[in-house]
Amino acid sequence: MQDHSAISRIMRSDSGIRWFVGVLVAAAVLLPLAHVLFPEDSSLHISTYTLGLVGKYMTYALLAVAIDLIWGYCGILSLGHTAFFALGGYAMGMYLMRQIGTRGVYGDPLLPDFMVFLNWDSLPWYWYGFDMFWFAALMVILAPGLLALVFGWLAFQSRVVGVYFSIITQALTFALLLAFFRNEMGFGGNNGLTDFKELLGFDLQASSTRVGLYLTTAAALLAGVLVCRWIVASRFGRVIAAIRDSESRTRFIGYRVEHYKLWLFCFSAMLAGIAGALYVPQVGIINPGEFAPINSIEAVVWVAVGGRGTLYGAVVGAVLVNYAKSYFTVAWPEAWLYALGALFVVVTLFLPQGVIGLLRRFRREPA
Amino acid sequence: MSMLKPLREFADRDRVFDMVNPALRAPRLDVSHGTVLYLEDISVSFDGFRALNDLTLYIQAGELRCIIGPNGAGKTTMMDVITGKTRPDTGSAFFGQSIDLLRLSEPDIAQAGIGRKFQSPTVFEQHTVFENLELAMAGPRGVWSMLFARLNAEQQEKIDRALQLIGLQDLRFALAGSLSHGQKQWLEIGMLLMQEPALLLVDEPVAGMTPQETERTAELLVSLAGERSVVVVEHDMEFVRSIARTVTVLHEGSVLAEGTMDQVQNNPKVVEVYLGEQV
Repeated sequence: MQDHSAISRIMRSDSGIRWFVGVLVAAAVLLPLAHVLFPEDSSLHISTYTLGLVGKYMTYALLAVAIDLIWGYCGILSLGHTAFFALGGYAMGMYLMRQIGTRGVYGDPLLPDFMVFLNWDSLPWYWYGFDMFWFAALMVILAPGLLALVFGWLAFQSRVVGVYFSIITQALTFALLLAFFRNEMGFGGNNGLTDFKELLGFDLQASSTRVGLYLTTAAALLAGVLVCRWIVASRFGRVIAAIRDSESRTRFIGYRVEHYKLWLFCFSAMLAGIAGALYVPQVGIINPGEFAPINSIEAVVWVAVGGRGTLYGAVVGAVLVNYAKSYFTVAWPEAWLYALGALFVVVTLFLPQGVIGLLRRFRREPA
Repeated sequence: MSMLKPLREFADRDRVFDMVNPALRAPRLDVSHGTVLYLEDISVSFDGFRALNDLTLYIQAGELRCIIGPNGAGKTTMMDVITGKTRPDTGSAFFGQSIDLLRLSEPDIAQAGIGRKFQSPTVFEQHTVFENLELAMAGPRGVWSMLFARLNAEQQEKIDRALQLIGLQDLRFALAGSLSHGQKQWLEIGMLLMQEPALLLVDEPVAGMTPQETERTAELLVSLAGERSVVVVEHDMEFVRSIARTVTVLHEGSVLAEGTMDQVQNNPKVVEVYLGEQV
């Protein structure tokens, strides 16, 4: 009997993805359980801080999956993907700001604190609608998606490829960084958006909300990886891999390469936007620093470390590198950037397939 | 005032825009006059070098035409013009009577029914033999239809038949990158057939093939002609002699001579060009 449901087809194809699903589901169940079941002084207790940290890693992992989808499978190296992440984050941040209501420092029922501080007397038009969650959720997807559509259309139509594309994506995220730093933009300038109180009526400081956010993030990561897996396993996936390997050849057998790249780029941007939206309530702030070009490069390093073209490798890389970052920036702050640079060099030179490639090599050559 | 001119043109009531004209958007191949490809007065120059010089060439429907010529005669550039890779400076190129090749992009031309096999075999090395054929298979090429595409029995059979024809049925799950040079050539020919083009452009099909493989390729190309039109660019004179009915000799970007192999070989101009190269 062959089972032809989509999920089973995805799971059958690759043992790595089964491992990934198993570990993720275990983490999603066990960590909140340990948080709830064990008392705070128990060594098995998982604190809200740890839960938030792992949740944050998982949003990074989703961003890494989005990057792996276009880089690993279609050869599009975007060095500006955190721009989409940050846009999704800002859309969520705007919703959270409007939720503050009269509880802000100035107590203005309509205007967020920073607008009162700037002596603005009315809400800018682009803040309308963000008091409704469904609208904000839509914008989380649409804002990055539309930017990717316009930017990607211009870039792919002009056949900008390879390193040139990477450079203009850097320029894109840098331009957004500068724009969002400006107070006149109406996004809180360099302080960004913070001091959030509640999400959908749930207190953001409450541990139950934290657990809920954590579970939502885990579910989003799982769904993201499975949907990406479904995409790359379809014939569409084989077309984009063909584009990666020989773009002009793909054109000559009749595929509109630009359409494929644009679709994939927009999808990836939306995925990054969702990751950003989940990131903001867990860390409690979004500021223009998220647009920094270095962040995008770091995200690409996660994918390279994990092993590109596997999807779950991106997750492994994001978690490993960010764990190392959390550790280093506490234990030895000035060494972190050197460690990151060294990591990238080592991976590029010795581990072209990343950590996943290393694991596969061990499995194939049993002693 | 000059800025108003395009606006006025835009408002012209007699004008029919291409985008609303279905005949131009998806033109059908029309070979009712018996000619599948019209190239007229085509010139292409790269940095002052004239790769094609007022080239005029007609290919009949169902014909098998061989094109020979010394290096730099413009054979590959001609293929590039037909497939949309290079835009000529002057001239016109029509596929049948209705399809203007100079207005279409590479994928449009491929979908209109012109398939091309490149000089060095270019298969998708990270894909299996089967997947290569599947990618080339004629059918919808849209993003959404590819996302939900599943092979039906008929398509499966079509691929199986192609696998058998190119003799790679035992290697269907092998990566194309692991094939030998000759097998890659065959795979590419198989991909070309999967596209079901009306016109096949075949650039040096037997380069690097063993004599047996060459013979099989010749048989295949001859069997294709009639149903489809085939244009072969080849250096191997023995091969050309074995398949060609009409041979066109290109030299310095234009047609030097045309006729049967014997006529062409005895043409003094052709002899001069080829001898000149040998000296």
